[in-house]
Amino acid sequence: MTHVEDSPTPGKVDLPSLERSYHDFRSVLSTLLSIGTGVATVIACIPLFSVLIMLIWRGGARLSWQLFTELPPTAFEDGGGFGNAIVGTLVMVGIAALLSVPFGILAAVCLAEFGPDSRLAAAARFCAKTLTGLPSILAGVFAYAAVVLVTGTYSAPAGGVALALLMLPTVLLTAEEAMKMVPVRMKEAAVGMGATPTQVVWRVVLPTALPGILTGVMLAVARAAGETAPLLFTALFSNYWLIHDGEVALMQPTASLAVLIFNFSGMPFENQIEMAWAAAFILVLLVFVVNITGQLFSRRQI
Amino acid sequence: MNVTTLPHQRHDLASGNGTGEVIIDCKIDNLYYGKFLAVRDSHIPIEKGKITAFIGPSGCGKSTALRCLNRMNDLVRGFRFEGHVHFRGQDVYAPKIDPVMVRRYIGMVFQQPNPFAMSIFNNVAFGLRLNRYKGDMSAKVEQALRSAALWDEVKDKLRNNGLSLSGGQQQRLCIARAIATEPEVLLMDEPCSALDPIATRRIEELMHELKQKYTIAVVTHNLQQALRVADKTAFMFVDTSRGGRTGYLVEYRGTREMFNDPREEYTKQYVRGEFS
Repeated sequence: MTHVEDSPTPGKVDLPSLERSYHDFRSVLSTLLSIGTGVATVIACIPLFSVLIMLIWRGGARLSWQLFTELPPTAFEDGGGFGNAIVGTLVMVGIAALLSVPFGILAAVCLAEFGPDSRLAAAARFCAKTLTGLPSILAGVFAYAAVVLVTGTYSAPAGGVALALLMLPTVLLTAEEAMKMVPVRMKEAAVGMGATPTQVVWRVVLPTALPGILTGVMLAVARAAGETAPLLFTALFSNYWLIHDGEVALMQPTASLAVLIFNFSGMPFENQIEMAWAAAFILVLLVFVVNITGQLFSRRQI
Repeated sequence: MNVTTLPHQRHDLASGNGTGEVIIDCKIDNLYYGKFLAVRDSHIPIEKGKITAFIGPSGCGKSTALRCLNRMNDLVRGFRFEGHVHFRGQDVYAPKIDPVMVRRYIGMVFQQPNPFAMSIFNNVAFGLRLNRYKGDMSAKVEQALRSAALWDEVKDKLRNNGLSLSGGQQQRLCIARAIATEPEVLLMDEPCSALDPIATRRIEELMHELKQKYTIAVVTHNLQQALRVADKTAFMFVDTSRGGRTGYLVEYRGTREMFNDPREEYTKQYVRGEFS
């Protein structure tokens, strides 16, 4: 607050007040709001950390090699593991990725490079955005009708199709975003060198956008790995390995970590409940690893 | 389209001073972006082995005219061209012509240095690979980098990302990339506008060296630069008389003659620095 005097007294220089004031309304409000944002941040972290602590405490207790190598226990049985569920989850997420990643990326190329303003692109973008909000159980219903009823059996591919349905929009939209981030001047440079549109995409746009695309793929994989609802009536569950006597038997009900947690957590047996906790811990660990890998990729971005 | 010729516009005198062989005969009658007439009535024959500068105030269409020569404007939606661009006798706008092939003979260096997000080596090898070059790739890359006066600075770090270089080095990398495939003409769209004076000077020296092998057409905002590097200069101006902002050629002559003895009133004013 400066006070400008009308007639400055000789000898006395009128200085503007530049000192910090602590009881001024504005600075009090500013301090309060700064504290408020800090508190809100801490509160936002509480759910994540309480879940993590709970998982490490209860799930970590049963951590052993057995979990990865043995089959799920039956009622009143001690010990056991869920190696088949881990394999099942990996296989189904793998199938889902094989289906959704190539389609998603190629569609994104079309959307970002070849016809960003075409009606086809607008329709595809709208569908993908709607699909992101699709309740995951509906993806399961769809795969049930499209795969389970047609093949006549619950199976890993049916689960994979359901998960692919959930992954596709994420892959497509993030890949499109990543490709749009490639500077126009880089594309111009390639065109100026005499590259065909295909060469521009393959040699410049895709390599440059790769970190961003991989981040999207990782996010989609992480989400798919944790989905339970779409697997409940597509892959069902199984107490046996996917590989019988050295033969891969894909067309049969398949175990997954998410469904194992769902099944075991409702059982009245201590062993099964502990097993569900351990499975939850492993699943979160899996998702964490995938997520962190995705973040590492995205950090390499230009 | 019949356009009233303004008194100060005498592009037909363009070839008056030229004696060399014309490699690109560029005649823009009307050039539209959608409904917007961007450039009109500009006849700029570019002579082989010389440096031709395009100068003029902002928005006078000098970059647009340059980008016509290798069909870079095809990327702009609504682009329409009336006139012809004859590259060694072939009209590059003829329906049977593939613009991709045109760009392999007429290379381009852009305003912003735009190396790809890949190693220095791969940046230079990019065009060679597009052309399925079968010979000694390393030798070719080294030769291009030497021609672009960049070899000594990068020879020990060819595997480093091209984006890790300084702005001036990036621009020389882009020049190396453009000349690796030995195009016949090199288009440069304000190649120094993003660079500091020292880097600018290096690029200008480089242009003089490249002139021995290539024909160069350069857009510049900087009069002094045109004076320093160009053999011939095309001065373009903006015509706002009909509502839009349409660029057209005012004067096209040998650089020295134009700067010492400009014929047109606008050129005189521009050369005196009365507007820029």
